[in-house]
Amino acid sequence: MEIVTGHVTGINGNMANVSFDGPVRKNEVGYILVDDKRLKGEVIRITKGVASMQIYEMSNGIKVGDPVEFTGELMSVDLGPGLLTQIYDGLQNPLPQLAEKCGFFLERGVYLDAIPNKDWDFTPTVKAGDSVVAGDTIGTVPEGLFTHHIMVPFTLKGSDWTVKSIQPAGSYNVRSTIAVIENSKGETKDLSMVISQPIKQPIRCYEERLRPDEPLIMKLRCIDTFLPVAKGGTFCVPGPFGAGKTVLQHMEAKNGEADIVVIAACGERAGEVVEILKEFPELEDPRTGRSLMERTIIICNTSSMPVAAREASCYTAVTIAEYYRQMGLNVLLLADSTSRWAQAMREMSGRLEEIPGEEAFPAYLESTIAAFYERAGKVRLKDGSIGSVTIGGTVSPAGGNFEEPVTQATLKVVGAFHGLSRERSDARKYPAIDPTESWSKYTGIIDMDKVERARAVLRRSIEVSQMMKVVGEEGTTAEDYITYQKGELLDAVYLQQNSFDPVDASDEPERQKIEFALLYDILMAEYDLEDKNAIRSFFNAIRQEFLDWHGITFDAPEFETQRQRIADLYQSKVKAA
Amino acid sequence: MQKVYTKIESIVGNVVTVRAEGIRNGDLALVGDSYANVIKLDGDLVSLQVFAGAQGVSTNDPVRFLGRPMQVSFSEHLLGRIFNGAGVPRDNGPALKENMIDIGGPSFNPAKRIIPKHMIRTGIPMIDMFNTLVESQKLPIFSVSGEPYNQLLARIALQAEVDVIVLGGMGLKYDDYLAFRDTLEKGGAMSHTVMFIHTAADPTVESTLVPDMSLAVAEQFALEGKKVLVLLTDMTSFCDAEKELAITMEQVPSNRGYPGDLYSMLASRYEKAVDIEGAGSITILGVTTMPGDDVTHPVPDNTGYITEGQFYLKNGRIEPFGSLSRLKQNVNGDTRDDHRALMDAMIKLYAQYKESLEKKSMGFAMSDWDDKLLKYGKLFEDKLMNLSVNIPLEEALDLGWEILAECFEPNETGLKTSLIQERWPKKAS
Repeated sequence: MEIVTGHVTGINGNMANVSFDGPVRKNEVGYILVDDKRLKGEVIRITKGVASMQIYEMSNGIKVGDPVEFTGELMSVDLGPGLLTQIYDGLQNPLPQLAEKCGFFLERGVYLDAIPNKDWDFTPTVKAGDSVVAGDTIGTVPEGLFTHHIMVPFTLKGSDWTVKSIQPAGSYNVRSTIAVIENSKGETKDLSMVISQPIKQPIRCYEERLRPDEPLIMKLRCIDTFLPVAKGGTFCVPGPFGAGKTVLQHMEAKNGEADIVVIAACGERAGEVVEILKEFPELEDPRTGRSLMERTIIICNTSSMPVAAREASCYTAVTIAEYYRQMGLNVLLLADSTSRWAQAMREMSGRLEEIPGEEAFPAYLESTIAAFYERAGKVRLKDGSIGSVTIGGTVSPAGGNFEEPVTQATLKVVGAFHGLSRERSDARKYPAIDPTESWSKYTGIIDMDKVERARAVLRRSIEVSQMMKVVGEEGTTAEDYITYQKGELLDAVYLQQNSFDPVDASDEPERQKIEFALLYDILMAEYDLEDKNAIRSFFNAIRQEFLDWHGITFDAPEFETQRQRIADLYQSKVKAA
Repeated sequence: MQKVYTKIESIVGNVVTVRAEGIRNGDLALVGDSYANVIKLDGDLVSLQVFAGAQGVSTNDPVRFLGRPMQVSFSEHLLGRIFNGAGVPRDNGPALKENMIDIGGPSFNPAKRIIPKHMIRTGIPMIDMFNTLVESQKLPIFSVSGEPYNQLLARIALQAEVDVIVLGGMGLKYDDYLAFRDTLEKGGAMSHTVMFIHTAADPTVESTLVPDMSLAVAEQFALEGKKVLVLLTDMTSFCDAEKELAITMEQVPSNRGYPGDLYSMLASRYEKAVDIEGAGSITILGVTTMPGDDVTHPVPDNTGYITEGQFYLKNGRIEPFGSLSRLKQNVNGDTRDDHRALMDAMIKLYAQYKESLEKKSMGFAMSDWDDKLLKYGKLFEDKLMNLSVNIPLEEALDLGWEILAECFEPNETGLKTSLIQERWPKKAS
């Protein structure tokens, strides 16, 4: 195939205008040749025979007339065994290997192989003569804890392909040809374990998309009970700075009951990624007993890295997530933060001199956000197995105001909203998810009717506390005061969770059910207490016992003793019928 | 020989355009005798941003392209020197030309970062004890005009145990610049200080170069193994300068007139803060003045999302609420065994003091407990919060215990019994 070339005619920030000879596709990748470097870019617009390219690197030193080579390929990632435990930048450059090569700083124009060059034990699952289509598994290799499927490229067109030859079981290099397929016209394709997938095209090689109806356990009481997330669902976490978005996401990454977690650190602090990098290899995944890192992939395009690559990083992450979903696994994608991703879009839109929408975000902001979250989903694959991609994105609204375009566009398309509030984080109530403003459309682990009744107590309690600010404690009736204390109790012992306590940090669903059942009974009971002091000390006592209960491991015999103790304590004051 | 162009096509704001070929994006040029850099190329039309401002530039002024990007000289000779935003000496010393390095270099590889673990002692109890400054931290001081933030910065510069101080001043009042210089000279810190100063009277464009210059120099010192403290004051002026330029360039503004890439612009500077394994470190302490004390203003808001906490300077004191050092957990476990517990207990009591104070101002009856809190709050503010207090961390902790002992019974403090037995001051009988 002939290589299409061109040359730079203009440059503005990280956008270059390029005139070209021959065909050029929109969103195809090209390289600008500057000195001895090749700078990667993507064609994002073609007007009057001039292609506008966003450059994924710093644009210093580019001059008019610099040659450009187009690749004819859309912006893609490499998929294959060896992705797990990797740390990539937004363009899937492995950062540790880059550091070995270039030292402390990120040198531009250096692109390394994303998939480590090693051998894998391959077992074929098809034989010569079998017919295959895009997404079919042709063999497997063991990757850590998982059976990694080697699949026919998802971009393969046509349904008339058959396997011409396939290697017998054995150890092969990841890039060596393991199979040859042929179509009815006699065209052949060599397949290796590595396939390439355009990042902005969702992988759709499945039978059907299912309703996300199974909860994805986060081991956080406030989420699993009150604001559940479903496998294949979407949720967003907006919050002002300092409200604990990133800490919450780290907890979800640690505790989330997914097979694989993809973390996209998109335009946030590098220091936070370092915490994951240093901490995760040390932590044990309670489900498998292996290091947490073995189920984790990190896409890290921090705030000081080039903006255009930040825009790509979210897509890179979701494409990798979809790839593992195709193997029948449950994947959790955590993107921090989608606001930075939207800002990257805004910067490009400004350079393209497009007509701006609200707060100068481009008019296509909403549809782009919607399309991104729609890549989540629970699917039934051709072999009958079920896989899912769950997407959780943080949003960093300007000034902590949820009325801004990115938060609003996100809220329209997600299934759960975990809004963080400054008030709660200032009061050190963690996780600082606002229990009354937030919502979820998914079904959790506990009967939703009971959850709603508990939530009603909380709402009423907040009303009473507002009222008390005006009329004082003296002007509140004993009945209202009890409601107020019930709400406070629910908040203190159930919604709040101590992430530093080794036991309380992760609350198993079975345990949550028992804890909630008892708390529910306490909230619904009516009490015989003489005055406000008695009420206060009664609830204080219950709270203290409950907090102690949180510190006892689930399988210890004291767990049941403590439960009984709390039950006796509250029943002693229940109003006789 | 460099080709000279003499036909300037347009002059808008501080941006001039000239037709030239073979010019690189980001290169430096001389327009007349003031420096300018290439910010946009369109065919043979080159847009240049003139550092000294385009006022008085004539359409037939010579434009010479220097064929290199903006650079700054780096050597030991920088120490003790003062430059302006374009790197020209302000102190009557000789211009430095050797070992030129590019400014605004590439980002640090996140995979090479390490978890910061060294405390920087400042002698200010509100910092050392309650919101410890950590090596390689990036931390702004949120403040309003009129607060003594520059004095605070100068004091931290004098007292912090670091090898090199780089001061970047943007939009400084001339008196403030002189005050900085005199304070550092008197304190004997000038010999390990480099200053890049843009005063309010200087051309706006130069202000936008100050952070890059300061950080490029700091990075080189850090690579040589030095502990570097970079002070940037005031980052709001820097953002305002960027806003001015963006509007001149007819960029679509996003929020209150600021350009859409404000976050990226700030982040690429603040993220230069780093602890380099086997070498030195860069710690950034900035000042962000909040117009109208509004923390939701785009500059403090974007800054807050980037930095690792903030110091709130209000009424001449560092407020314990609102101030936060996100990295303090990394270091305050290893200072002294009572550090964390005492810090938490004292802050909780101070929060209760604030409630009592509110009750008192509303005319409610004061209980014994309220009186104790009021006494405690006053002592706390006078002896620890006062910015003129200058004591090492250990003394500050001892003082904390004394204040507690003066106001409370041991069991009222919420501290663990074992700690109280060990640390509670014995009353002189």
